[in-house]
Amino acid sequence: MEALGLLLHGFAVLLTWKTLLLMMVGLVLGVFVGVLPGLGGPNGVAILLPLTFSMDPTSAIVMLSCIYWGALFGGAITSILFNIPGEAWSVATTFDGYPMAQQGKAAEALTAAFTSSFIGSLVAVLLITFLAPWISSFALKFGPPEFFAVYLLTFCSFVGLGREDKHKTVIAMSLGLLLAGVGMDTVSGQLRMTFGSTDLLRGINFLVAVIGLFGISEILLTMEERLALRGHAASISLRTVLAVWKDLPKYWMTLLRSSVIGCWLGITPGGAIAASFMGYNLAKRFSKDPDSFGKGRIEGVFAPETAAHASGTAALLPMLALGIPGSGTAAILLGGLMVWGLNPGPLLFVEHKDFVWGLIASMYLGNVVGLVLVLSTVPIFASILRVPFAAVAPMIVVSCAIGAYAIQNAMFDVWLMLGFGVVGYVFKKIKIPLAPFTLALVLGSRAEDAFRQSMIISGGNMKVFWANGLVGTITTLAILLLFWPLIDRLIASISKPGAPAAKAEA
Amino acid sequence: MSNTELEIAVDDPTAPEENSPAVTSNRNVDVAVSLLLLVLAIVLAWDNWRTGASWDSTGPEPGYFPFYLSVILGGASLYGIGAAFLSSKEALETFVTRAQLRRVMAVFVPTLLFCIAMQFLGIYVASFLLIAGFMRVVGKIAWWKSLLTAFLFSAVMFVTFDIVFDVLMPKGPLEAAFGY
Repeated sequence: MEALGLLLHGFAVLLTWKTLLLMMVGLVLGVFVGVLPGLGGPNGVAILLPLTFSMDPTSAIVMLSCIYWGALFGGAITSILFNIPGEAWSVATTFDGYPMAQQGKAAEALTAAFTSSFIGSLVAVLLITFLAPWISSFALKFGPPEFFAVYLLTFCSFVGLGREDKHKTVIAMSLGLLLAGVGMDTVSGQLRMTFGSTDLLRGINFLVAVIGLFGISEILLTMEERLALRGHAASISLRTVLAVWKDLPKYWMTLLRSSVIGCWLGITPGGAIAASFMGYNLAKRFSKDPDSFGKGRIEGVFAPETAAHASGTAALLPMLALGIPGSGTAAILLGGLMVWGLNPGPLLFVEHKDFVWGLIASMYLGNVVGLVLVLSTVPIFASILRVPFAAVAPMIVVSCAIGAYAIQNAMFDVWLMLGFGVVGYVFKKIKIPLAPFTLALVLGSRAEDAFRQSMIISGGNMKVFWANGLVGTITTLAILLLFWPLIDRLIASISKPGAPAAKAEA
Repeated sequence: MSNTELEIAVDDPTAPEENSPAVTSNRNVDVAVSLLLLVLAIVLAWDNWRTGASWDSTGPEPGYFPFYLSVILGGASLYGIGAAFLSSKEALETFVTRAQLRRVMAVFVPTLLFCIAMQFLGIYVASFLLIAGFMRVVGKIAWWKSLLTAFLFSAVMFVTFDIVFDVLMPKGPLEAAFGY
């Protein structure tokens, strides 16, 4: 009940004309970046972050999180009308969304997508409201070994549960952790990995890296592909919206199942991509008519969208409560918090109540306003795709350069951004995952600090990570997750002795 | 009510040809990247060893954590080289075709020139040149549309960042002439 009181306080912080205006601007910008080919949630947030540097933290995070909600909504527009998933998590939406548009039911599909996005996010925000304060108060008891164990759990689960080649995830993660260590050592003040460069003294700002990795590399990749878009225009009437909403209770099980899957995979770093596919596959598996999936079934839109948005939103829970982001975008938002001098983690709930509860309140309000906004402006946003990419691409490049320069007013960062753009392009093509790379860049120095402090406490004895039940459980879980593919294969071969191991891997 | 009789079609006149020959395979790039990462891991490991990768009286030395990360990076890169050689699937996958590379270069080279120009002309003039030039040369869009779009975008960026949000950007002789 205390959470409700604090949430009301959050609404009081939020309900000023200035913040509401910023919320609207954020949502419009977000839908814009979500619809534009070559951009998306993390890219949009990273590129537009410098806009918020001069704002107070609450206004800034409200605007940034609204860019995020807007981008999530915007992604569904291109998936359904143009069969182009703006993000990997929108792929499953195209399976039934685009066929619906072809059958003349674009408005129904879009209403279903926006509504289920809203429901998924709402469930996750409710979870954040009631769980985050509890987790953060629990985490206040954490010492350096517990924190390092949680970081280790995050890293290991990316390696163990990720779909990419394991060695590639390890490469991405260790490279990110190493780059996070460039510059002055915070403990001894000694320089590391700078090779005499004065520009590297400041270290590698992760936002610069992210702008290059996501923004510039996406432009290179998008230019490389054929951009002949052909899709369907749609406008949504109130009658269509009400008709879809009237049918919602029929799909309560799908919505609930997808919300639970999404929340779970958002908190653990399973991610929105896995959530959307799992949501879709389970909806199909439990359906009485699974063969109708993929041919324009509205449930095929509800399931992945609910799961993806529940996951995207729930990823903010560990970021706020523990300072550990559950997704790439959450990592960028976390970087934003650090830029404004806030320290994400359990103390945030104690030291910056206004900020935290203002942000949580903005999640509710941003979703409601976002839903109304996208339902009423779909044709305008869909027509953005008429703008030639030759005009959009240089504008994105300029926005990226502005973003990179503004962080530390350094030209070196612009060059660094360009370098990371090339790295991102190559990494994406050879499937070295960027999400763990970003996560490691953000968490690198915190993980190292926690590790060094733990080592100092224990006099260099690794047993400190099994010193009590809590830290021991987290560390053991981390190791189990690291070797999860092997364990999974072993379990499969024991339960089905005749079955080939390859099946377990698939 | 849906209104699907209106169809939005955006055609890209410069789309790459389908049958363009491959420049290189994924395997070659994978091996090259793994080798580069291996070299980077060795260099970083050496630097961290030099900084101090063991223990002193205060605890782990500054290079301790990054040194072991360099070892992990080096090990994963070595594994990557082996895995790329053993994978038959990867050898067949095209990394980039000649037409695609041409298109990537059509964005990368102007971006590089833009970064160089930014240092001498300031970000807004460089942005104007990049957008106008790119729209005209790559997109084959009419001169007046390209110039107008570039001018409007640069002006909006200037007002947004330098005036409204007070974010300082690199400026050149043109801004100086106007007293900025």
